[in-house]
Parts: sequence; structure tokens; C-alpha cells
Amino acid sequence: MNEKILVIGELQHGVLRKVSYETIAAAKQLNENAEILALVLGDGDLQQPAEEMIHYGANRVITVSHANLSNYTSEGYGQVIMEVMQDEKPSGMIMGHTAVGKDVTPKIASRLELGLISDAVAIEKENGQVIFTRPIYSGKAFEKKVMKNDGLLFATIRPNNISALEPDASRTGDITAKEVDVKDLRTIVKEVVRKKTEGVDLSEAKIVIAGGRGVKSAEGFNALYELADLLGGAVGASRGACDADYCDYSLQIGQTGKVVTPDLYIAVGISGAIQHMAGMSNSKVIVAINSDEEANIFKMADYGIVGDLFEVLPLFIEELKLQGALVS
Amino acid sequence: MNIYVLLKKTFDTEEAISVSGNQIDESGAEFIINPYDEYAVEEAIQQRDKHGGTVTVVTIGDEDSEKQLRTALAMGADDAVLINTSDDLDEGDQFTTAKILEAFFEGKEVDLILAGNVAIDEASGQVGPRLAERLNMPFITTIVKLDMEDGMVKIDKDVEGDLEKIEVSLPVLVTCQQGLNEPRYTSLPGIMKAKKKPLEQLELDDLDLDEDDVKAKTATISIFLPPKKQAGRMLVGETGEQVKELVGLLSSEAKVI
Repeated sequence: MNEKILVIGELQHGVLRKVSYETIAAAKQLNENAEILALVLGDGDLQQPAEEMIHYGANRVITVSHANLSNYTSEGYGQVIMEVMQDEKPSGMIMGHTAVGKDVTPKIASRLELGLISDAVAIEKENGQVIFTRPIYSGKAFEKKVMKNDGLLFATIRPNNISALEPDASRTGDITAKEVDVKDLRTIVKEVVRKKTEGVDLSEAKIVIAGGRGVKSAEGFNALYELADLLGGAVGASRGACDADYCDYSLQIGQTGKVVTPDLYIAVGISGAIQHMAGMSNSKVIVAINSDEEANIFKMADYGIVGDLFEVLPLFIEELKLQGALVS
Repeated sequence: MNIYVLLKKTFDTEEAISVSGNQIDESGAEFIINPYDEYAVEEAIQQRDKHGGTVTVVTIGDEDSEKQLRTALAMGADDAVLINTSDDLDEGDQFTTAKILEAFFEGKEVDLILAGNVAIDEASGQVGPRLAERLNMPFITTIVKLDMEDGMVKIDKDVEGDLEKIEVSLPVLVTCQQGLNEPRYTSLPGIMKAKKKPLEQLELDDLDLDEDDVKAKTATISIFLPPKKQAGRMLVGETGEQVKELVGLLSSEAKVI
């Protein structure tokens, strides 16, 4: 195992994000024989997330704990990641395409004059060359990209697209705490205001319940939240619903806003403008609930119900409870 | 204050995408200012109106990019720069773009650079942070609020729905997120004025760059459309029956719940 691939275990509020496990699977796709080295950064005891990275397939973990890493800054994370890259000289590096991944990877790529392929949804190998597939035009099309020279295989992966390996709690591996002096930060995070409701992250959710103008009010979204809770999913929205102030822009799905690829997407009271479709059309199964049978969304839906959402949703919730068909 | 905005033209979001010969077919497509860059233009104008100075809009593109620059000028930007690479470059990537911009900014006095947090076409979100790093400038992405006072900048940053309150000093590069402001529409007098505002055209030569300096690090080998979705199934019957059937289908046929 001479070659190694570096992956980043990303903590969010002290817990590893799911996409961290997916980076390990992605690293194996780059080179199945390489050593998978995971870096976990934060402030405090990082033993547990480090062990989890090993359970999910990492061979070795480096942890870096520092007070200046308690909140993400591109400068803090950048210093640590670049120092580890210098020490370890990996042949590839994979990180989640998250708020943090999007922010820090171009900084590193720029400093080290590297190519970077952002937001990959699939990785394949052809004649030894690694090919990354990524959506463009918000998923209206896809492109296949390669690195032009033999430099670092550097990419971020979109959550939910490359399946994590099965965890094995009996796996062991070396965990080393590394000291890095994280300093000279020019940006200071004064405060983090948590606006998100507890629960599943929209970009990582396996199930998304999205509402549009048809939901009619912020209160109307309550039924969507109830359904999301029941299914272990997250709530999203169309631009129309956000513009009408039914919910925060951070929930917006579409060409502006988030692009999601859950296993199940339930569109409620969404007409299906092309900009919205761009944000969800690559979901595996799409359900549309709309009172207008001509609504565009039905063209994209695997299953459609024409009806009043305020009638359909309570029945839906009741039926799920009845069947106990709950996913965790 | 010297305020700069990085701008890219993109397909109108209304456009369907078609592919011919392994390339996105651009014939007949409408182009707009990348929607996230519009927030950047608007914010730059508002900050200038508060703090004084000039707003310069910069784009890398071809001669058609003048249209989006004129729109930004009509919104209220003071001058514009078009770095025309159509004669020099066949392909480029984010490394290329950042390298060209780095050369453009060399020796310039800069207080604030604004860009969109992502372009809705290629959607890498790399260029802003890459440029800031080349200019040794701090950067904050996905901002939803910007206040400046005595060289200190207070920023609200959207982090996937949470807010971070950040302080940084000038100069800084920021990328703009939806919710930052409401970009203004252009007015007729604005459009008339924009026609007379300065628009500088540069090529790689003018920036002391040649093709090799900005050679892309990555290459696109193919472009394709997602498979067409099969027509779905409309459920029928009483609403209660439809819901029952749906739950059944989702668990037994689609196996997603």
C-alpha cells in the first residue's frame, strides 16, 4: 500500500456528517489498493469520530484538535489540511461537497495550483484513468471530467450519491493525534445562529418532502414537517414558497437553491417550473401531489395524486402511522 | 472604496439544455447575468452608495459578454472590464479563470471583491475562493448580509440554513447567496447612461499572460443529458384509496419507505 488517499471526516455540531463515510467509499473507487487516510478536525475529543471513520473503511486516521477549529474557517481548516497533505503526500483527496467542502477545497487547490473537480456524483475508472461525473446546469445535463496531468486526484462528492461501505465495528486502525498550531486567522466567527430545525439535513436526506405555493402559508408547512418527521426525511420548498415567505430560502430547491437527489422526493403543491425540476429531477422516486392535473410536475413524477394536499397529507400521515411503515 | 464584481454570463434559467457533438448547444439560447452574480452587483452598488467609491464589473468571456456588462452598468455599476479570451483559449477551467483574474488584479488597489457563490451552469463555486487565495485575501462565501464600518466588515454567512456571524477586515472577497438583497431592475435612463459608461476590453496579452500560463488542470471528456424519465403512474379513485395505494407502492414496489 504505497499510495494513499486522504479523506476528510467532517464534523457538524460534533457529529460526523454522513458524507464523510461516503468519501471513504469514493476513495476506494479511485484506487482500491490505496491506504485510506482520514483526517478529522475539530476542537475536543475526536476519538469517537476517528473510530467511526475506521469502521466505515478508513485504514488510518489523523485527528487534529485545536481551539481555533471549533468553528470552521477556511484559514484554520486550510492550514491543517495542507500540513497533512505535505506530510503524507497523498495521490488523491476527497471531501464532501458541503458548505465546508465547497469553501476550503478551492482555497487548497489554488494555493497548491491543482485542478479540482467539484460536486462529483460518480467515479469510474477506464484504462487506469479516473473519470468523475458531475451535474452541470443544475442537473439538466452531466459532464465527465478528468485530471489533465498526473497531479492529485482532488474532488468533492455530492452527498447521497456514492454509497458508503457497510460499517464494521470490529475493524481497527491506527489513530494519531497530530499537533498543528492553527494561527493567524483573519476571519473570526463571532457567533453561530442555528436556524435549522433539528433533524435531517436537506442535502443528505434520503427522503425530501417539498412544498410549493399550493401549501398557501407557513402554517401549511406543518403537515409537511409532520410527514418528514414520520419518514425520517427533510422538508424543502420551491422558490415560489420561499418568495412568499412560507419558509426560509435555505430550504429552496431548484436551479437557484439546493440540488437534491434523495431516494424519495414528494412534491406537494408544486407546479414544477423548469428551474425547480432542475433541482430535484435526479431523485430516484418522485411523488407529486397537486390539485391541478395539468401541473408540469406530473410529467416528472413516478406516482401522482391529483387532489387537495390538505386532504391528502393528513390521510397520508394516518396511513403511515397505521402501517407502521416507518424508516428510521 | 474600490469595489469589484466578478460576473459571468449564463444560460437563462428558463432554457432547456440540449447537447450536440459533446457540447451544450448554445444556438438561440438567451443569456443572462448569473443570478448569484446579480446579488453581487446589487450589493456592490448599495455599498458604494453608502461608503462612496466606484464599482467595477469584470467578466471573462467573448464579445457577446458586453451585453451582461451593460446590464450591470445600467443597474448602476461605474465601469466594466471585458477580458476577451475567445481568440486565445479553446478550453479553460476554474484554475484558468482564477489565474487570469489574478493577473488582472495585480497592482490594483482593491477593498472589496464580490462574486456569486456559484454559477448556475458549471456550478463549481471555485473561482471566488481560488482568486482570494491568489491575492492573499480572506474570503467569505455564501453571505446574506454585509455591513462595513471603519474598515471592519461584519458578515452573516449562510451555512446550509444556519447563520454564522463573522468579522473580517478589508480587503476581503465575498461570494453572495440568495437572500442578500433584491437586485434592482434596470431603468430606461439607467440603460441610456450605461451606453456611455467606460467598458475596457482586454486580452491575455494585455495581462502579460499566454495560453500556457493559464492551461486548464482538468478536462471535460463528454457531456450528456440525463436519461428521460418514463411517464409515471397517476393514481385513481377516492383520495383515501389513492393514499393507501401510494403507501403500498412506495414500500413494496419502489421500496423507498
